[in-house]
Amino acid sequence: MSNNFQKVLNSDKFKNLIKKRWRFSFFMLAVLFVVYYGYIFLIALNKDLVTMKVGVYTNVGILMGVGVIFAAWILTYIYVIWANNVYDKEVEDIKKELQ
Amino acid sequence: MEYKFGQPNLVAIASFIAVVVLTLLVTFFVARKQKQSASNYYTAGGGITGFQNGLALAGDYMSAASFLGISGLVALKGYDGMIYAVGWLVGWPALMFLIAEPLRNLGKYSFADVVAYRLSQGPIRTASAIGGLLVLLCYTIAQMVGSGKLIELMFGIPYIWAEIIVGAVMLLYVLYGGMLATTWVQIIKAVLLLFGVTVLTVLVLAKFGFNPGNLYGAVQETYGVEMLNPGGLVKGPVEALSLGLALMLGLLGLPHILMRFFTVPNAKEARKSVVYATTFIGYFYLIIPIVGFGAAVLVGKKAIMAIGSGGNMAAPMLSQLLGGTPFLGFIAAVAFATILAVVAGLTLAASAALGNDLYVSTFKKGNVTESEKLKAAKVSTLVYGVVSVALGIAFQKQNVAFLVALAFSIAASANFPSLFLSIIWKKLSTTGAVLSILFGGISAAVLIVLSPTVWVDILKHSEAIFPYKFPTIISLPLAFVGAWIGSVLAPDKAAQEKFEQEKIRTYLGVGISEASDH
Repeated sequence: MSNNFQKVLNSDKFKNLIKKRWRFSFFMLAVLFVVYYGYIFLIALNKDLVTMKVGVYTNVGILMGVGVIFAAWILTYIYVIWANNVYDKEVEDIKKELQ
Repeated sequence: MEYKFGQPNLVAIASFIAVVVLTLLVTFFVARKQKQSASNYYTAGGGITGFQNGLALAGDYMSAASFLGISGLVALKGYDGMIYAVGWLVGWPALMFLIAEPLRNLGKYSFADVVAYRLSQGPIRTASAIGGLLVLLCYTIAQMVGSGKLIELMFGIPYIWAEIIVGAVMLLYVLYGGMLATTWVQIIKAVLLLFGVTVLTVLVLAKFGFNPGNLYGAVQETYGVEMLNPGGLVKGPVEALSLGLALMLGLLGLPHILMRFFTVPNAKEARKSVVYATTFIGYFYLIIPIVGFGAAVLVGKKAIMAIGSGGNMAAPMLSQLLGGTPFLGFIAAVAFATILAVVAGLTLAASAALGNDLYVSTFKKGNVTESEKLKAAKVSTLVYGVVSVALGIAFQKQNVAFLVALAFSIAASANFPSLFLSIIWKKLSTTGAVLSILFGGISAAVLIVLSPTVWVDILKHSEAIFPYKFPTIISLPLAFVGAWIGSVLAPDKAAQEKFEQEKIRTYLGVGISEASDH
């Protein structure tokens, strides 16, 4: 293991990057939990709301199901946009210091 | 030609042969120039692109159970089927946030590589491989029994022959072309499946003026409003929590899914794979309820139940009604390709666990030549393939519905916690990881036996000892408790040291297993 490796390992920049990565991941995971469990718990606990009609026949439950699928998509896209634009840039920066 | 389920039919048989020929030709074409090596066999040399891997992941994950099972469930039970459809998707974003990138950076052939990376190789690989194999076996038996019944019904081929044909064709792809061939079979299957379900959805919507509201209206007029409302699937908050944990985190412990991340060259492509996979799988689960509701209205519940199999024939019957026998033949071919692709992926993952984790790395301690490594991979594939067929035949008359729940529960409780902790928790020691796998795996298996799905439905007791269908609410925390106890009682200083060093690889992707040239 070269000196540069040790230096990077001990640098604040690298440590902050790791912290930032997991803070973002866990935040996104928390949003996913809220969305999905919000859906499941409403089905289990609040039948009146879920069975309420929004159109002539379509009900809140159907819209919520569709909503969770869209939320899963959007959360995934947000993560990848963040990783491409924020995380990867810092990784490239730090990698330069390794050489 | 009039089609009757359960009897040989020319169109169906022709489509069946077409799928076999097409996939075998592609297998031969893509794999003919490939160098024979263990790395190519298990991971296609890491040369798959993110887009291809995304499609292949979708092909690996969307099983016949989700295509025929969920459309059938919606057709018979209405809204409750949709709750399952949503649940099968939500693991994918979680996989992205927690596992995808570090998994790619730390692993080589299987997820056990990652868990064993800084811990004592022998015990960890053994425990991880056994946890992985248990998941794969449960999943495989469920797939094999389901596929045997399906092929019997759709093509009129006897059950035992159906099992043997699936096993033999699948072994041809895997043994000849390894991961590269399996990947292409999964890509073909994903494209066929997405195309077939899209056509089916458009045909259904066309009957209702392209307005889903009219479809729901017809459902309500025919079967009453209850069909559009949640029924008895989610009984209370604890059941809901347990089900959600199993579905969401179970995905993060499925060996055949995790293995696909080693087929791409780096973490960026791994990320891309998840984006494409989530997009395709989400789209699939978004439209599959329309097929189910369409079948309920147009084919009718009575007719679907007359064919049996818990509604599994809803989608094929609907396709015959809307597109005639040729379209039914196409949908049957799609279902068959689906089975082959999923079983091939499972077998390859099992061969990595048997051939690499248990035989080469643990039993031989890595002292083998390249050609012995490849031989171990192929022998393991053959053994697992034969065992799958044998188990498929042995379980023919059994109720295997619980096996998928068991696979996801063990995956979530035994494989996921040790994998995740090895990435994120510095103090995880060898003893901790082994205890985590044992606590999680054993408690999940025992609680499933005591749950309503086995204790009441199969063993015919009047009341279940453990009241919930999924054990994850207990078994998942137990896995973390096991990891903590083991790591506190038997700390591992060397592993903690290595944890610091491996950060360069985990987060920057420096020094990862490179893609080899073909």
